Amino acid sequence: MLNAIKAEKNLRQEKIEINIQNLSKVYKTNNGSFQALENVSLYVKNEEFVSILGPSGCGKSTILRILAGLEEPTSGSVQVSGEEVKGPSAKRGMVFQSYTLFPWLTVRENIEFGLKLKGMKQKERKEISDRYLELVGLERFADSYGKELSGGMKQRVAIARSLANNPEVLLMDEPFGALDAQTKQSMQQLLLDIWKKEKTTIVFITHDIDEALFLSQRIYVMEARPGRILEEIDADLQLFQDGELVDVEKFMNVKKHIISLLKH
Amino acid sequence: MELQKGKRHQWTLFKIREDIPKKWYFTGVSAAFILLLLIWILLSNLKLVDEVFLPTPAAVVGSFFAALSSPEYWGEIGISVYRVFMGFLLACLLGIPLGILAGTFKLAESVILPVSEFIRYMPAAAFIPLIMVWAGIGETAKILVIFIGSFFQLVLMVADDTNRIHKDLLYASYTLGANRWQVISKVIIPAMLPKLMTTMRLIMGWAWTYLVVAELVAANNGLGYSIMKAQRFMDTESIFVGIIVIGLLGLIIDRCFAYINKKLFPWAEGGN
Ligand SMILES: Nc1ncnc2c1ncn2[C@@H]1O[C@H](COP(=O)(O)OP(=O)(O)OP(=O)(O)O)[C@@H](O)[C@H]1O
Ligand SMILES: [Mg+2]
Repeated sequence: MLNAIKAEKNLRQEKIEINIQNLSKVYKTNNGSFQALENVSLYVKNEEFVSILGPSGCGKSTILRILAGLEEPTSGSVQVSGEEVKGPSAKRGMVFQSYTLFPWLTVRENIEFGLKLKGMKQKERKEISDRYLELVGLERFADSYGKELSGGMKQRVAIARSLANNPEVLLMDEPFGALDAQTKQSMQQLLLDIWKKEKTTIVFITHDIDEALFLSQRIYVMEARPGRILEEIDADLQLFQDGELVDVEKFMNVKKHIISLLKH
Repeated sequence: MELQKGKRHQWTLFKIREDIPKKWYFTGVSAAFILLLLIWILLSNLKLVDEVFLPTPAAVVGSFFAALSSPEYWGEIGISVYRVFMGFLLACLLGIPLGILAGTFKLAESVILPVSEFIRYMPAAAFIPLIMVWAGIGETAKILVIFIGSFFQLVLMVADDTNRIHKDLLYASYTLGANRWQVISKVIIPAMLPKLMTTMRLIMGWAWTYLVVAELVAANNGLGYSIMKAQRFMDTESIFVGIIVIGLLGLIIDRCFAYINKKLFPWAEGGN
């Protein structure tokens, strides 16, 4: 019996959720064109946490915007849950590097924004927003406006707002990039806890090696000009336990390897 | 010790863009008005300038209250306020949707903005003779002058207000399941409302200016006309009264806008 459940879980987790094949993106600029992405191929399995790591300008945000359906690829194929991405959809939630709370809405109204668009009844909406307010620890700020919140709190609302929509995948574009070191650390831990609870597929963008190693199961390392994938790195190495680094040696080895990749 | 404290205090009054105690702010405001009044008293009461050109403050205050106690003067105020509001309302009714459209869709922008930009540089006052040919000197003519003066400016400013909304905010709403119409109605419009109010407040100021221009040239009633009439009789007191009344009306309306803005948009960043 237990084995059957385990087998089903494995099967589910082996399912490919995101599949990008030979993705290229060329931007028209004032003086000709600019190749932002060249032949990018990557996949993300169901319930997996994958990071895309690379220097500034290598096209990380471009990949994410294309995945979200906010921009069109120049060539290549982008599939999510077996369907070609044709435009933005609530199935693919996104958290941005900049703060994108709707300032005229309270924290709760922000979290309920997507639910309201779906036409969900208020009682149901409140149940869901209560749950996600608790998940990100902002119950006390349910009725506050964005201008009363700190950067970390704003990003927590943004995460809750995306998750409340129950998306198939969560796309995160350097969500903690603007936060101070301590806030960043607690947000990373919070995100891991949420991921384990919610079992969402997450694509996480960062240029912080430690962050990528701490959070993800796999990492794609990119280079810039043109944006290309250099290597796929297995990061599911039991480096951390309860948020503490336990295997310093292995951690340093992987980190050194990534640094050498980025340097070349 | 005492001296040092005083020095520190002075510094806090001159910090770049920092708040200062309310009483200091109030002192500054009063000082400016008192200074203005003093210069006026000096010039007129000491007869440095002939009374025909610059009446004394007392004389102006006298005719101010005389004017306000006459029903005819209230009639002039009424007709002027009516014209301003009609012209302004018309400009808003047409200009705000067009501005939002131009700030939202590039195609609409291409149709609306360059033309507005062009016409904006044609002074509305120069249209008055043309408008008189088209519409005579009835109410329509005056309202049209105010409309032309404020409409194109309004369209450009509203388009800019709309354009300033961060693209990520729109992207975020798309990824939350909003369609195009919902992005406009549920994000773009609420996001720009405080800025829109500020824009309308500015345009209101323009509308008053054009009202006076229109009434100076082509009217037989209204505040601008009463100023014009006073000039014919060298009645400088009444000219002053007219200017002050227009200024006060503008100030009252401006304060109303500011108050509404604060009440309606408590979430907006920054002051009003
Ligand atoms: N709309 C656009 N038009 C022209 N060039 C663009 C456009 N958007 C992005 N680019 C270019 O494409 C490249 C990749 O941009 P992108 O924002 O994806 O980088 P990134 O990896 O997310 O960088 P960062 O870490 O700084 O956020 C950059 O060199 C950028 O200048
Ligand atoms: Mg980026």
